Amino acid sequence: MTTSTSPLRAALPPPSITTTGRHGLADRLAPYAYITPFFAIFAVFGLLPLLFTFYVALFDWNPIGEHVYVGFGNFAHLFDDGRFWNAVRNTISIWVLSTVPQLLGALLLAHLLNHVRLRFAVFFRMTMLVPYITSVAATAIVFSQMFDRDYGLLNWLLGLVGAGPINFTQSVWGSQTMIAVMVIWRWFGYTTLLYLASLQAIPRAIYEAASVDGAGGWRQFLHISVPALRPVIVFTIVTSTIGGLQIFTEPLLVGRATPLTCGPVRQCQTLTLFLFEQAFGQFKFGYGAAIGVALFLLIIALAGLNYLLSTRIRAEKS
Amino acid sequence: MKANRSGERVRWWTYALLVLAAFACLFPLYWMFVVATTDTATATKLPPEIVPGGNFFHLASLVFTTVPFVRSVINSLVVAGTIGVGQAVLCSLAGFAFAKLRFRGRDALFLVVVLTMTVPTQLAIVPQYMIISWFDWVDTLQALIIPGLANAFGIFWMRQHLSSALSDEILQAARIDGATTWQIFWRIAFPLVRPAAFVLGLLGFVTAWNDFLWPFVVLKSPEMYTAQIAIKALQNSFDIDLGLAMSGSFLATLPLLVLFVFVGRRMVAGIMDGAFKG
Repeated sequence: MTTSTSPLRAALPPPSITTTGRHGLADRLAPYAYITPFFAIFAVFGLLPLLFTFYVALFDWNPIGEHVYVGFGNFAHLFDDGRFWNAVRNTISIWVLSTVPQLLGALLLAHLLNHVRLRFAVFFRMTMLVPYITSVAATAIVFSQMFDRDYGLLNWLLGLVGAGPINFTQSVWGSQTMIAVMVIWRWFGYTTLLYLASLQAIPRAIYEAASVDGAGGWRQFLHISVPALRPVIVFTIVTSTIGGLQIFTEPLLVGRATPLTCGPVRQCQTLTLFLFEQAFGQFKFGYGAAIGVALFLLIIALAGLNYLLSTRIRAEKS
Repeated sequence: MKANRSGERVRWWTYALLVLAAFACLFPLYWMFVVATTDTATATKLPPEIVPGGNFFHLASLVFTTVPFVRSVINSLVVAGTIGVGQAVLCSLAGFAFAKLRFRGRDALFLVVVLTMTVPTQLAIVPQYMIISWFDWVDTLQALIIPGLANAFGIFWMRQHLSSALSDEILQAARIDGATTWQIFWRIAFPLVRPAAFVLGLLGFVTAWNDFLWPFVVLKSPEMYTAQIAIKALQNSFDIDLGLAMSGSFLATLPLLVLFVFVGRRMVAGIMDGAFKG
């Protein structure tokens, strides 16, 4: 992000040229016209709904019936609702299961790809982006089949080595692992490319100097690559927190017969899916909005915590 | 030349791990195709068939008769195409304003743009749906298109590109020659950053094509489905015919795979280019 300071200060044409001449007024209004579409759309479809969530959460709000003000009643109900805490636990564990291996794997792959003499480098990079262009829906369907109890590829392979079939969709850890694998598959290549771009910006002379000083590959990785990657690592941790806590499509499609709860005992129902179930399955808009507020606070808390932790590591190491 | 990252020979296990990763990336798609070409009896046979069967056209035709699939692909093309082109143009315009124009409140407004990137808007889905119903947009494609046009990251990205691509001398010379701001943007600035805008539009297209939650909430009638929602409708018959959902998934992924063959290289370069260089 070091480059972002200079463009902001970029030299500009003298104001006399901007404001005088034939096109005076139109030219003065032009900048506002150019940025208005974004702000208008974000205001109506982003900010307003977010603020409105806090308002709707205070009501017993039926989309086709009436709205009754209940104060913090929805939140009190939420606090006592076992289904809510179940969804919180599931959301956090799926997020940890999918984020940690993904970022570590991406780090390793980026390190491997960052080699000037590597052959087929373009092929490897392109292949890693293929999952990213595959839709979540298609991913969920194909992985569900691979993890299937009776006819899945994975259980067949397990059977070959004498292990019994695992009923992934029915168990808590099984269904959550399955979802985590889908998330990892879809995103690790994208993350790898982000890391690789940062690695390539490190001057090779630094590695050469370290090599002369007798530092091996592993120590070069730990003491040169990782420190240089810290800004992008912090970025990916924060974005994967914001995205990972909002997982919805995978559990919905994994649930099959009971999609809205991701299985009969809600074994992989995430907060967003719980929100969807309450709001659009049971038409409790107020309760759904309250879940939205809770999710908002959770995301802010965890993203903030991660940001602090990852920047603290930076401060200590350097 | 002893340094690991510069001159040294690439070790065999580097290739082994990369080939393994490439295999992991491609195999699920291959497997999708395999199941999409076998009938249920074969798909539920053990050991599983690992080569494609001859049933592809039969299942594909079933996809087209079970859901209005052609219509859903057209809908997806309309939505994703409009969003891709729209984002490329709107983000370039806003990026140009933030990078090269002087106006009151510019830096503060740009900070707002950056901050909006961190706002998790998906959890506000209940009021979003309410707003869409006030507009009477439920079950319409504009309910997907209009909100999809705003892209804070795209503005940030185009601003970076425009700051470095367009020199202030050229800008000033154009001003003196009497060019309007619009003419400067359209004739000078945009052509310079067209490759970056193209990649941005591609990413917007792919994201919109693959979007699920919002279309799932907003679209009601099968004629309005996007390809992803059509797949979900096919999945409802998953237990009856395994190959059907797979066939639909494959057909809905195929257009993007074809596109990727032609522009994948530029997408990779674009993502790496837009990444942190610090």
